[in-house]
Parts: sequence; C-alpha cells; structure tokens
Amino acid sequence: MDTIPTSDVVIAIRGLKISFGDLHVLRGVDLDVYRGENLVVLGRSGTGKSVLIKILVGLLRPDAGTVQVLGQDVTRLAGRELDELRLKLGFSFQNSALYDSMTVRENLRFPLVRNVRNLSSAEVNKAIEEALDDVGLSQTIDQMPSELSGGQRKRIGIARTLILKPDIMLYDEPTAGLDPITSGDINELINEVKERHGTTGIVITHDLTCAKTVGDRVAMLLDGRFERIGTFEEVFEQRADDERVQQFYDYNFVS
Amino acid sequence: MASNTPNAATTTQPPPKRTLTRRFQGMLLNLNDVWQFVTRFFREVFLPPYEFGEIVRQCFEVGYKSLGLISLTGFITGLVFTNQSRPSLAEFGATSWLPALIAIAIVRALAPLITALIAAGKVGSNIGAELGSMKVTEQIDAMEVSATNPFKFLVVSRVLATTLMMPVLTMYTAFVALVGGFISVNANEATSLATFVEQAFSAITFLDVFSSTAKAFVFGFTIGIVGCYKGYNSSKGTEGVGRAANAAVVTSMFLIFIEEVIIMQLVNAFRPA
Repeated sequence: MDTIPTSDVVIAIRGLKISFGDLHVLRGVDLDVYRGENLVVLGRSGTGKSVLIKILVGLLRPDAGTVQVLGQDVTRLAGRELDELRLKLGFSFQNSALYDSMTVRENLRFPLVRNVRNLSSAEVNKAIEEALDDVGLSQTIDQMPSELSGGQRKRIGIARTLILKPDIMLYDEPTAGLDPITSGDINELINEVKERHGTTGIVITHDLTCAKTVGDRVAMLLDGRFERIGTFEEVFEQRADDERVQQFYDYNFVS
Repeated sequence: MASNTPNAATTTQPPPKRTLTRRFQGMLLNLNDVWQFVTRFFREVFLPPYEFGEIVRQCFEVGYKSLGLISLTGFITGLVFTNQSRPSLAEFGATSWLPALIAIAIVRALAPLITALIAAGKVGSNIGAELGSMKVTEQIDAMEVSATNPFKFLVVSRVLATTLMMPVLTMYTAFVALVGGFISVNANEATSLATFVEQAFSAITFLDVFSSTAKAFVFGFTIGIVGCYKGYNSSKGTEGVGRAANAAVVTSMFLIFIEEVIIMQLVNAFRPA
C-alpha cells in the first residue's frame, strides 16, 4: 500500500471497496485531494460517486480500504470523534435536504446552536444573516423550504453547511435538475465559497460544464475505479481512446 | 395442456419449499431489525444529551393533534354505550346499575382502547409519514452529518412523547365518555350528578385505574416505536412514505389488540374473585 502523504493532502483514500449485495460499486479506489482545490468526480449514474462522499462523512461504512480525512481514518471513527470530524465537513445534498418543517432561519440555526455553545441570540442571528448573505438569499430568511425554487434550495443547503465554517465542502450533484442559468449561478457560488472561505471541495456531478467551471482537477470514475485524474483538459484530451469517455463528452458538449 | 408440460409448470410455480425458506429468513431478519431498533431506543433514552425541548414539543403535538377527535369519539362512545346497555338492564329492572356498568367498561377497556386506536390513526400515521419523508429526502442524513444524532432527536423524543401522553389522553377520554354517559342517564333516569359520580366511582377499583394507565403506557410506546420504525426504515421514494404511514397504523392497531388481550388476562389473574 502507498504511504499516505500528509501536509497538503486533506483527503487520502486507498484501496476503497464497497458492495451492495452482488453489486460491486467501488472496486479499489485510490484518491488524494489537496488543500484548497476543488476536485470534481465525474461518472455515470450509479457508479458510486455519491457513495464515495457518503463514506467520507461516515454515513456508509466501506468493506475495505482506508479513508483519511484531515488526518483521521473515518472508517475507524465513531460517536463523538466522528461528530467532531463531521463538523469540519460541509455536505450539500443532491435534493438540498432542507428540514421541511422549519423556516430557512431555523434550518440555519439548527446546526449552529446544537454545535456551537454559548452563543448569544444576537451572535446566532448575525451568523445566519452572514451565511444567507454569502449565498445571496437574505430575503428568504423567514420562508419555508416549500416556498423556494430548486436553485434557492440548493443555495440555502450550501448556506446551512457554511454556517459551521467547514474545512471541506462536499457537493452532491449541485446542478442536477437546474436550468443552465441557475446552474451557472451555482457553479459561481461553488467557486466563491472556495475563494472566500479557503475550503477544499469535492464536487460530484455528470455535468461537464460544471466540471470545467469549478474543477481544479477532475477524476473520472469508471467501473468502480478512478481511471483518469487530472485537469479537465488532461482527462478529456485523449477521450477518443475510451468510448465511454468520448460518449460522456459528446453528450455534454453536443459535438 | 399446462398439466402435461412439466417445464411450464416449473417456470410458473417456484418450488414452494424455497419460497417458504426465503420468507422465513426474511421474517427473522425483519424481527432482528425490530429488536435492534427497540434495544437502541432503550440504550439511547438514558444516554445524554437529552432532547428536553424536542420531547416537550412532541408531547404538545401528540396531545394537541388528537384532542379534537378524541373528545368527539369519547363523548359519542359514552353516550351510545349507555343507550345500548339500557334495554338489557331494563329487562331485569336494573337500570340503576348503569353508572357502575358505564364506569367499569370505560375505565377498564373502552378509554385506553379508543384513545390508542385514534392516536394510532392520527399520530402514528403522522410519525410514519414524517420520518419516512425525512428519510427519502435525505433530511435524516443531513441531521447526522451536522453532528446531531437523528435517532435521539427524532425517534427517542417521539416515542417518549407518545408513551407519556397516552395515559393523559386516556384519562381525558374516560372523563369525556363518562360525561356522555351521564347526559344519557340524567335524561332517561333523572339520575343526579352526585349520585352518578358516587355510583360510578364506587365501582372502580385501584386495579382498574392502574391497569388502564399501564395499558395506556404500553399502547403509547407501541404507537411511537412502530411509527418511528416504519418511517425511519422506509424505502426510497414517495411510495415508501405512503407505505410507512399505512404500515405504522395497521401494525400498531394489530399490536394494540394483541396487547389488550394479554394485559387483560394478566390483570384478571390479580383481580380478587
């Protein structure tokens, strides 16, 4: 097994395997994510992209392999230790996963007051307003999630994770189901989050425009392994060598 | 003909032994899941942090949501039960026993059972649907990644709320049903309130009140744990949410009747002859 580097590597995955019954989803994944970069994970639906980031936050347990996040092996953590690590990770869900029964303000307040002790109500309100301001949706503060558009829900979902000032942001299909203009806004927001907060990001998507716009590097997940990792240009330069990569590119850019 | 073609027969009818084995395995796995869920509840309920605010909020929800329906059902049950019992007692000239009969029937059996069935339909389905919806839209995962224990926040608080509120609601149902019974007795037999109360309460023993309260606790726990289990483990999709809500009601109602029979037998064993 390779030595897991430290210093600038914030996520180091080695030999990661996970199966669901007879379905072998990840078949020995190796990946390093460096501090301050946005890494885009590309792949077909059902290839285990979302499974990968769910393993990173401890929502799923792998069958084999090590997953070091900020120097800690997630596969060996539980209870309070796992919760402490989770507070350094922001997870933006595919369908936003906003709490339906709470207003936008309560959605943002929930993780903050439960995890940061001794905050005055003025400090809580200020943090909520700042997080909403970061995503440009201050006016929605007293609205219910059902009153928001798909794009707004995504933004509020990102704001809810930003309020805890995470070191790493995990975005699960951030542009799925959104129109091109809103998708562009979300891509811009992902880049802003990285620049303004200095976060490292993993973006799960099959939208190549998103990958090109936000990705410092792109990793292509094919048949349960990362077969191509590099800049967007490096990954797709030799696309003609692999029919699957070619199809992926052609469908997105209609060439 | 199908009966003369063995190949066709084997393709359309799977071997019964294998199917039964698989069903039995599935049932055992299901029972194991339920056991794990229930033991996790008892483990988490005593461990800090305690979600007092959420428990109080859920108690309010359980009580408030069922109150209207329970008031109406309890009142009508008391009124109708009294009216239906009168002719039988009248045959023996024993209508003066009506207050005692009503009180015994309501406190021992009707109040806990009616309250539990109403709450299973109203609260149990709500819990199943709410948690099922939270599960399929990843809200439970979102809670977990934000370092909040969703089992403690969602399940423990709801199960405690239904368990604690059910005895309160049962007492309320008994009161409303007795009011219904009194109105009928007062209108037909001109029994005064003081006489009604005296006759009703002289018929009720400590064992009746105790067994009724114990039953209410058990029914409340059943409604909460079944609703939470079905919702928390619902499968993906909106169909799963509907199924969770439905299963929460059907399963808890079935269990409530089974528990009623068992507790009744246990209590009767302690009752003086």
